[in-house]
Amino acid sequence: MKNINKTADEYQKIVKQNRPAITKTKNFIKAYVVGGFICVIGQGFWHFYMLFNISQDNAGALSTITMIFLGGLLTGLGIYDEIGQFAGAGSIVPVTGFANAMVSPALEFKQEGLILGLGAKMFIVAGPVLVYGMVSAFIIGVLKVVFKG
Amino acid sequence: MGNFLTAFLVGGLICALGQVFLDNTKYTPAHLLVGLVVLGSIVTGLGWYEPLIKFAGAGVTIPVSNFGNTLAKGVLMEANRDGLLGLFKGLLEVASAGVGASVIIAFFIAILFNPKV
Repeated sequence: MKNINKTADEYQKIVKQNRPAITKTKNFIKAYVVGGFICVIGQGFWHFYMLFNISQDNAGALSTITMIFLGGLLTGLGIYDEIGQFAGAGSIVPVTGFANAMVSPALEFKQEGLILGLGAKMFIVAGPVLVYGMVSAFIIGVLKVVFKG
Repeated sequence: MGNFLTAFLVGGLICALGQVFLDNTKYTPAHLLVGLVVLGSIVTGLGWYEPLIKFAGAGVTIPVSNFGNTLAKGVLMEANRDGLLGLFKGLLEVASAGVGASVIIAFFIAILFNPKV
């Protein structure tokens, strides 16, 4: 009966420890295939944009923006979450997943208003990503300046 | 800028390693995204991100680690030019496209659509 007092966190840990290895292997393969496929689509857009005499750097940026749009759109249509059920990290790691992490809470909290609902909750995941991304990039810049590397 | 095969192999691998992280720790997808962005900026600081893009193209520009890359790339570029001020000016220099597009696109989609019940 002592298990009854376990907290949710501890419970999750036990669940994960006891999850059969075969499930993890399956998850690995699903994430690999779906994530890889999303990158292939991005690569396709990259090649496509270069057909229009756009520089390689700009075409790359455009392909990223296109993927952000597609991730956001599929989230709005309610399709992305179903892909996520199957693909796990395969749908979280690509930039489409970042768009999903912005649109999904924005939609969910829209009813709480445009400012504190949609506007604020949009950054529930994107906020920390930007904060820590900027801080680490800044620190790397400081190190480069200090060591003239 | 890579090709379809290298994009699939490398991009898929980054996602699959992310899955290993989620399956074997108690961390959330948000932790994974933050970790990848920080990792991306470090790889850029070491000068390894550009060669990776040459090899795998979208396989490393589509995973969110590329946000870290663009943030760090901007800082390093401006720091060379403007020193201390560049550390601040550079943050969004290259990353602005991705960050700006995310905010604008997410806003309009959230306005246009309603949550699925």
